[in-house]
Amino acid sequence: MVVMKMKFPFQKRVKLAQGLWLLSWCATVAGATTFTLGCVLKTELRRRAEVMDNADVHIVPNTLMIVGLASLGINYFASKICQDALDAGRFPRWKNFLKPYFAASCFFTVLMLLAVIMSYAMKGSLESSLKIGLRNGIRFYKDTDTPGRCFQKQNIDRLQMEFQCCGNNDFRDWFEVQWISNRYLDFSSKEVKDRIKSNVDGRYLLDGVPFSCCNPSSPRPCIQYQLTNNSAHYNYDYQTEELNIYLRGCREALVNYYMGLMNTIGAGVLSIFILQGSVLVSLRFLQTAMEAVAGKENTEIETEGYLLEKSVKDTVMEYLNPVLKFLLLTNQVEEGATTSGATPAAT
Amino acid sequence: MPFMPVKFTLQKRVKLAQGVWMLYWLSVIVGIVIFSLGIFFKIELRKRSEMMDNNESHLVPNLLMLVGVLACGINAFGGKVCHDSLDPNKFSKWKPMLKMFLLLCCGFNVLLLLVALLCFLMQFAVYLTLAEGLKNGIKFYKDTDTPGRCFMKRTLDMTQIEFRCCGNNNFRDWFEVQWISNRYLDMSNDVVKDRVLSNVEGKYLMDSVPFSCCNPGSPRPCIQHHLTNNSAHYDYDHRTEELNIWVRGCREALFSYYSSMMNSIGALVILTISVDMAGLKYLCTALETMTDPENPESESEGWLLEKGVKETLADVLSKVKMMGKTNQVEEGQYVQSVVTQVFTDM
Repeated sequence: MVVMKMKFPFQKRVKLAQGLWLLSWCATVAGATTFTLGCVLKTELRRRAEVMDNADVHIVPNTLMIVGLASLGINYFASKICQDALDAGRFPRWKNFLKPYFAASCFFTVLMLLAVIMSYAMKGSLESSLKIGLRNGIRFYKDTDTPGRCFQKQNIDRLQMEFQCCGNNDFRDWFEVQWISNRYLDFSSKEVKDRIKSNVDGRYLLDGVPFSCCNPSSPRPCIQYQLTNNSAHYNYDYQTEELNIYLRGCREALVNYYMGLMNTIGAGVLSIFILQGSVLVSLRFLQTAMEAVAGKENTEIETEGYLLEKSVKDTVMEYLNPVLKFLLLTNQVEEGATTSGATPAAT
Repeated sequence: MPFMPVKFTLQKRVKLAQGVWMLYWLSVIVGIVIFSLGIFFKIELRKRSEMMDNNESHLVPNLLMLVGVLACGINAFGGKVCHDSLDPNKFSKWKPMLKMFLLLCCGFNVLLLLVALLCFLMQFAVYLTLAEGLKNGIKFYKDTDTPGRCFMKRTLDMTQIEFRCCGNNNFRDWFEVQWISNRYLDMSNDVVKDRVLSNVEGKYLMDSVPFSCCNPGSPRPCIQHHLTNNSAHYDYDHRTEELNIWVRGCREALFSYYSSMMNSIGALVILTISVDMAGLKYLCTALETMTDPENPESESEGWLLEKGVKETLADVLSKVKMMGKTNQVEEGQYVQSVVTQVFTDM
């Protein structure tokens, strides 16, 4: 039972070959674009690698880069094949190449679609990775003398200034951590001693935030310290004050940024997927139409082109059988010589 | 005796035509680049126009945009002429316009030179407007409730954060102005009253800087207030502390940014002039002096100027003088004939 049969007179075949050649060059450019988009996303993720706990989300740009490179190869061969298609003498040499070629192309095209789906699915993983990374960043903010953590302060400060955010969930995260190093605390001062004694772990906690939380749009000079104490500042009510420091948390800001980037890239990759799919479908029609011409005297006769010779299920089984046979054969040889006689039953 | 003559065979003429055609299309691309650089420079000036007191001169970017468009047009026309040059039939229709076109090219090159010179010289004007603008910016930092100056605070804060600088010359400029508005000062407080009374103009001055002067690379949390008072902070010496706030002044930072931009644009314009060579000149003189006009494959000679440089200049000057004298006597056909004679002799 043939899938999608279509009639192809000679003129239509010629037009199909010409259109396909143009389309395959467009798809080559699109493949290069996919690779570039993958690189861009990877660079952006690496820039903030210090506030990410794990690199699971990197699978999306890696997949995009692989698919971009593969589609360059696929479309190069597509253009070569359609150039030879109208020449009855040169077309037959591609015969043995086409079956594995279509299998590989379908695999990489489906992989492109998977990359787009993954970019939406990885949101949860990205968020939890950022949660842990930012928590550690805030905890190690004061450790500018510890090797390996020297630049946490600078990174967190620059992150908060660039993304206009403060803390992990919000600015109150800074109240729970000692972010001033002991090197800069005067332990002979009564105030410092009181604060340290006032909590179980002996940490110097205060209701203040670093300067990088300050919002430049505020009409008054930034209030960083004693944020919850209304009487410490003239004409100040911390419950109604909105513009003084950034209210948004950095995790939310970063997740929004990356999801926006991945949505834009996903939209582009989806259109490239449609383009690539149309290239493969046209090539398949051209191949089957030309195969019917082979060996005939008059090359200008009308032929039929189709997508799949058998039904979808049968074609899938046909491609999977060699793979299964290979796997099953290896398994049974390992178990012992006696079972090798039963392998023909697999086919 | 022709100036810089070169013998041209047909092959050499063909190569010259192809080379000059490519050069002209390269010049079109460079023209587009100059146009976009003009737009980029204009946008950068507009972005920071508050720092320059809304007083900056847009002469250079406007000229760059004009020159970019002109370069595209002239070089595209030159490329078309090159393309037609090797076919005698097509070339003959361009021949009468060629001398005007070459004059136009020369004039355009002079304009490019002028623009490049302006790029280098206008930096002084930028420096002066920056000094004035930043001084005013710091003065009006606190006026977030005055219409027209509401966003000065935000602009100055963002500039100090982005360019990693503090104040006009350095951070001490903040000590000389009241940058905290009276709306946020508790006038009933003794400390505030003392400070306000301690200076002639009744300003609330202190040795502090805004938060945007803070350096994120400092190992300790930022010290903004009581900067010159060592005893106000634990383990702090204001003379040796380098990383706490930015030590560079914003005028220097902004000026180095703009001057590097203007220098590179000026260098690119000079490169454009050298790319606009006399290739087309060689080509059309080579074609004109073909020994046998009917046989397109004969050898011919090409040159830059028909006589030597000195003689050509003397000729042109004498022609111009004569033209001046003729204008006094009568206008009309006589002048026109003299002008054509000047062009045919070039």
